[in-house]
Amino acid sequence: MTKDIKIKINGVEHRASVEPRLLLVHFLREVAGLTGTHIGCETSLCGACTVMLEGRAVKSCTVLAVQADGASVTTVEGLAQSGALHPVQEGFWEEHGLQCGYCTPGMIMAAADLLEHSPAAAAGATPGDLEIREGLGGNICRCTGYQNIVAAVRSAARKMNRRKKAVAA
Amino acid sequence: MAIRSRKTGKPAPRQMAPQGTLARAPKKAAERGIAAAQKSRTNGRPEPWVGRRYLRKEDPRLIQGISHYADDLRLPGMLHCVFVRSPHAYARIAGIHTGAARSSPGVVAVYTASDTKALGVVPCAGALPDLKIPRHPVLAEGHVRHVGEPVAAVIAEDLYQARDAAEKVQVEYDPLPAVVDPEKALAGTNFVHASVKSNQAFTHQLKNGDVDAAFSRADRVVKARFVNQRLAPVSMETRGVVAQYLPGEKTLTVWSSTQIPHLLKTQVALILGVPETHVRVVTPEVGGGFGSKLNVYREEAVVPFAAMQLGRPVKWSESRRENIAATIHGRDQINYVELALKKNGTILGMRARVISDLGAYHQLLTPIIPTLTALLISGCYKIGALQCDVVGVFTNKMATDAYRGAGRPEATYIIERMVDLAARELNLDPAEIRRRNFPKPREYPFATITGITYDSGNYENAMKKALELAGYSRLRARQKDAWKRGKYYGVGLSTYVEICAMGPSTAMPAGGWESGTVRVEPTGKITVLTGASPHGQGQETTFAQIVADIFGLTPDDVNIVHGDTAAVPYGIGTFGSRATAVGGTAMYIAAQKVKAKMAAIAAHLLGEKAAAMNFSAGRVGTKKKSLGFGEVVGAAYVARNLPPGVEPGLEATHFFEPSNFTFPFGTHVVSCEVDAETGHIRIDKYVAVDDCGNVINPLLVEGQIHGGIVQGVSQALFEEVIYNEDGQLVTGTLMDYSMPKAAQVPEFILERTCTPSPVNPMGVKGVGEAGTIASTPAVVNAVCDALRPLGITHIDMPLKPEKVWRAIQQARAAAAS
Repeated sequence: MTKDIKIKINGVEHRASVEPRLLLVHFLREVAGLTGTHIGCETSLCGACTVMLEGRAVKSCTVLAVQADGASVTTVEGLAQSGALHPVQEGFWEEHGLQCGYCTPGMIMAAADLLEHSPAAAAGATPGDLEIREGLGGNICRCTGYQNIVAAVRSAARKMNRRKKAVAA
Repeated sequence: MAIRSRKTGKPAPRQMAPQGTLARAPKKAAERGIAAAQKSRTNGRPEPWVGRRYLRKEDPRLIQGISHYADDLRLPGMLHCVFVRSPHAYARIAGIHTGAARSSPGVVAVYTASDTKALGVVPCAGALPDLKIPRHPVLAEGHVRHVGEPVAAVIAEDLYQARDAAEKVQVEYDPLPAVVDPEKALAGTNFVHASVKSNQAFTHQLKNGDVDAAFSRADRVVKARFVNQRLAPVSMETRGVVAQYLPGEKTLTVWSSTQIPHLLKTQVALILGVPETHVRVVTPEVGGGFGSKLNVYREEAVVPFAAMQLGRPVKWSESRRENIAATIHGRDQINYVELALKKNGTILGMRARVISDLGAYHQLLTPIIPTLTALLISGCYKIGALQCDVVGVFTNKMATDAYRGAGRPEATYIIERMVDLAARELNLDPAEIRRRNFPKPREYPFATITGITYDSGNYENAMKKALELAGYSRLRARQKDAWKRGKYYGVGLSTYVEICAMGPSTAMPAGGWESGTVRVEPTGKITVLTGASPHGQGQETTFAQIVADIFGLTPDDVNIVHGDTAAVPYGIGTFGSRATAVGGTAMYIAAQKVKAKMAAIAAHLLGEKAAAMNFSAGRVGTKKKSLGFGEVVGAAYVARNLPPGVEPGLEATHFFEPSNFTFPFGTHVVSCEVDAETGHIRIDKYVAVDDCGNVINPLLVEGQIHGGIVQGVSQALFEEVIYNEDGQLVTGTLMDYSMPKAAQVPEFILERTCTPSPVNPMGVKGVGEAGTIASTPAVVNAVCDALRPLGITHIDMPLKPEKVWRAIQQARAAAAS
């Protein structure tokens, strides 16, 4: 038994007939061919597969593709806009927030969600280190010891706030 | 545009043609913003690039999700492999029924030991005199000996079909009583391998000096028993293997998430009986290893075997459950230790017994790891006499093998805990007793009681700097104040030395050299082929910095190619903090050879002496007369006007054999508060002063130290692989195996001292494992120091709140009675 679904991924609609048990992460990787979203545990514990579903971060290993029917998904491949890296991507590069890079796409998506929705960010302030550390509690990194990831998110927050202020002015 | 491998810059093999976004052009524009940041970090000046916080060349592909890990590879007609694994610790296999699986939708084949028994076995490189090496087949034969041991391989058209069918494979097991406790196993008669008739896999003794005399002369003897618990490496990318066999060309290509592509190529050829000339191993992007991918695994033979049998590509991607059950574990030692001391703290002698739980089968280096513990057990101290007895024990568990530090964290834990216990016994400050036993800077190269020679060091300098940075006397004052108020605040030190740059071939099981090839291409760009196989360390950047300086170019002019045995001369791989000190040196020397040739050509063209040729800012020559770098390169390839006796082309290969290991060192200081009501530990301050010799890129060195420290802190506080009394793995998922999260670890304050190594021309030592080796005892020392008023001297790791709370309750009860 299969079900016809369509999911808009990074602005492009993908249609497929899928088994109801197909995980969203497998849809992204195997059907849409977007392998930037990684699988680290398949049990929603490591966060490597984090993507945005309708603008909020979800772990795509615990969402069924059929649940995302008709929805819009952003993956790490779709984060850079009009040829410019997202500030969180820039932050990870500039602050050496990655080593092996495997957790990085999920970590970047979780951080982007954090900066979009954290109370501090909403108020135009930079989230404190503890808020960043707790905000990334669903994502595991084995390489960096997190210190430079926190620095990367802090740096991205500042950059985003500066840009928001520049736009407002 | 042509599809290019993002890793090597070479055209991607056709069968690897990436799909979807992978085929997109790189977002050059998106990366421009970073170029400005890069410029500011390098002050806009070219040369030298070494020593700068140069941003990584690897990162653009990684932060955009457009690199290729093994699971990202797709080949036309590719099948998927799923393994059926033992749910039992120890059982006889009474029968395997594969009929239902074979007729399951999409299934192409099901393999068991009856198909693979003619293949070679999983290799072990250990060579101890009395070492027992039981047969380690690629699929279980007759018995299963640990949870997760592969019994059958199911190959199907897609992953879901393969998983469905794997559940239909019926294996009849007759469960046997499991061998779990290594100390009981030594005395017991229930054997993991009936053929061995003992659970003792090997013994190893390291003895030097008159140990009995040292102990009889001692004013005080301090004794302890430590458990260094079993850990799971948990690289975020699990293992993965893709194999393709082309019957016409008779070539087997294996893509594997490994740290040792060349050694794997040799072993795959031997296990499968394929000529090594026709085997190619490629490491795609590798998502961390920490030693766990420094191995040859059963799956790395079974997947290529299936691909050869079926004539179609086959992929296996390890699940996290498999990763925790069937990828090697680390540590797992029980240590009995005695230290003979004079009243002034001088260490006269040491006795140690190391009981190493090896698990059921030897992986590549399983028996070697605990012998490294013996080699480093004297730490950074002058010890008069030593006896260390190591015994390796078979149990019904997954094999232990190299995990970040590999035997050295255990050694450092032993000696650094013992020195702390000694300080307490003798009422000396922990820093002072260390200082009294350090070799003096003039004593290097320093011959240790364990028989190795430390290349260079200044331990007191690093400790002094760390104590100042931590505000040691203020921390002690704070401790006194806390104790007065009934709070438990402690300060812990770890002054460590470790063994890096593995290593001289005489001390290694299978070659300790490394290869490096430097080729200046006709267009003036430089290709470097390195036998090292980085998997997160960033050598595509640091090696490019080194070569750019040699030729007066920029790191962007240099491309580092690694992890493809068809492209790169034979190499050993990346482990044991060796890539830069050994592989980097091979490349450095090869680059010097090419540079000398270019200097000869340039001098010939300019009518100058070769020794006068200077390479800077893309030019070659003297201040008065010079040529563009590209002009000299062109002359070498056009080859119409070369100096007499000079061959055309610009390429050199060097195989570097190091004369010794290198020995980085440092001091870590931790202060922490223990909540006596809950047993919760809060790290207040973490200061690390490390000395890894000369530094190529401080940004990356700091990253290595951060990550290393967290792995060590996490051993001290959180992580433990637990097998219950039946040999069941009860920490088999990330729900049960406690990985550190961002909010659970502190911020680190880092500094360095610099004592270059005399072992290699760059004076580098290695830094990949230092943090992990240093941090574990520092944390445990701090916690035990905090609990001194309660009379608690030791708690075994991990220091989980429950365990700490129980120790506090027991101590209070004992004090009350």
